[in-house]
Amino acid sequence: MSVNVPSRRDDAGLWGFAVPALALVSGVMLLPSLLTIAASFTYWDGVSRPSWAGFSNYVELARDVEFWRATVNNLRWTVLFLTVPMAAALLTACLLLTRPGWQAASQVILLIPYVLSPIANVAIWTGCIFDPISGVFALFSRHLWHLPSPLAHPATALYGVAAIDMWHFWGYLTVIFLGALRQVPADQIEAARLDGATGLQLFRFITLPAIAPTIAVTFVIVTIFSFLTFDYVYLSTGGGPGYSTEVLSVFTYELAFSALDVGKAAAVALVIGVFGLAASLVYMRLSWSEL
Amino acid sequence: MSVHRRGRWVGTAMLSCGLVAALAPLSLLLTNALKTQAEIVTNPLALPVHPHWQNFSLAWSEGEFTLGLCNSIVLCGLTVAITVAAAALAAYPLARRRTGGWKLVALYFLGCVTVPVQMFLFPLYYVYAGLGLVGNLLATAVILAAINLPLAVLLLRTTILGIPSDLDDAARMDGAAHWAIFRHVILPLMRPGMITVGVIVLLNSWNEFLVTSTFQQGARAFTMTLGYRALNGSIHADQGLLMAGAMIVIAPVLILFFAMQRHFVAGMISGAVKG
Repeated sequence: MSVNVPSRRDDAGLWGFAVPALALVSGVMLLPSLLTIAASFTYWDGVSRPSWAGFSNYVELARDVEFWRATVNNLRWTVLFLTVPMAAALLTACLLLTRPGWQAASQVILLIPYVLSPIANVAIWTGCIFDPISGVFALFSRHLWHLPSPLAHPATALYGVAAIDMWHFWGYLTVIFLGALRQVPADQIEAARLDGATGLQLFRFITLPAIAPTIAVTFVIVTIFSFLTFDYVYLSTGGGPGYSTEVLSVFTYELAFSALDVGKAAAVALVIGVFGLAASLVYMRLSWSEL
Repeated sequence: MSVHRRGRWVGTAMLSCGLVAALAPLSLLLTNALKTQAEIVTNPLALPVHPHWQNFSLAWSEGEFTLGLCNSIVLCGLTVAITVAAAALAAYPLARRRTGGWKLVALYFLGCVTVPVQMFLFPLYYVYAGLGLVGNLLATAVILAAINLPLAVLLLRTTILGIPSDLDDAARMDGAAHWAIFRHVILPLMRPGMITVGVIVLLNSWNEFLVTSTFQQGARAFTMTLGYRALNGSIHADQGLLMAGAMIVIAPVLILFFAMQRHFVAGMISGAVKG
């Protein structure tokens, strides 16, 4: 029978289905990305004709203290996000796994910060918690001991911003981890328990290996998004005070739209792109088998 | 035994702390939205004595939220419609043909899931500016749709993989072409997946800031988020008003979230990792 063997003509019709999505993604993401690569080799203010610059944008970046500051901050951000929310989420998910009655309500509660808009989350934290006049920190300072707003000091500002973003993010990670933990076969855990395994041994030898693939994917995703992070930094400190919270995405945005140095902004965007690409390749490798 | 029970008790206490930590900032939002600046400065943790409801009406008019709500609904509605339609179409051949060129197309979408916005933002902005498309809701929706598409395609492809291809074959025996199979067999069965993807895209586009703030310039083009940002810029010393404004901005998301919890949780576990 020929019904199960699609003919060539038959398959040509199938390409029509993919055209709208391919056109949109290529037109909005791929082609402008190629233009960004080209623009990084030019002097361009976005309006007048770009002129050839060779590698000078990159050379200038290599000497730019602000660029290195931003890169280091992205690395610090990555380390923070790969440790604090990961550990908190894994612990919370394990606690929830052994308390089935708590799961439904907890998942809803934990996802609320994640679904709210960054601008509202930032407003709550900067206005009602960190604010030196109207915040909880101010109240604490007046009545107990001095607790300055972390956002006001260069040494602590990055941790302050990261705290807001982590608060918004860890509940989501918890739900992801809980979803993976619930897939671990109950009979394996039961068998180990009958053999006298302690809670910690159960976690180390049964649970952790079972959810290792999920942890690997989240590791990659968190790394990617640590290099792209924009909203929380831009909305809470805008990179300040004194560049102390500057990250690459905010740096390139200001270069393009405030300094009107689109060529250099494109070069920075490419650096972000390369970091993103490295993590994407790992992500693609991990997801490849599912295609 | 008592050691075990104490351990369990400690775990429950830690879990409760975590849940309180997730909700505490939101309770600050709720209570302070009903207070005056003076009351907040005195004690941000206190409950409102005389609920200051004017904060909401003032925030609504100062933030131009009537316009913002209309723009947000149009922008997000268009984004969801374009994304779900294009993704559903592309997912069909990608689920039914898994070799050769189709595998490359799947890989292309997979690679585009994590492309940073900054990688394509600047040229796109100057092209849009040249064409006079800045501030155009449909033009901005096209960008947001394209950004959401790669993941939406992959998620809907997984949905279609769950539909037995015997059904396609039976329809083909009856002489149905691809379009008829898609329209009458696949589409009705992939509806739950489409709703989940639609909810995720709606959430992403409602909360999106970078693209929306770059392309929706000029007060007439502001969404709720941008209206609230303008409110933040013009009013510094009235946290009550700003918290009321924040409540207004998140209210639609919260309503949607509680109405469609199941789809949210399902969509997020299915790997909709974005932001």
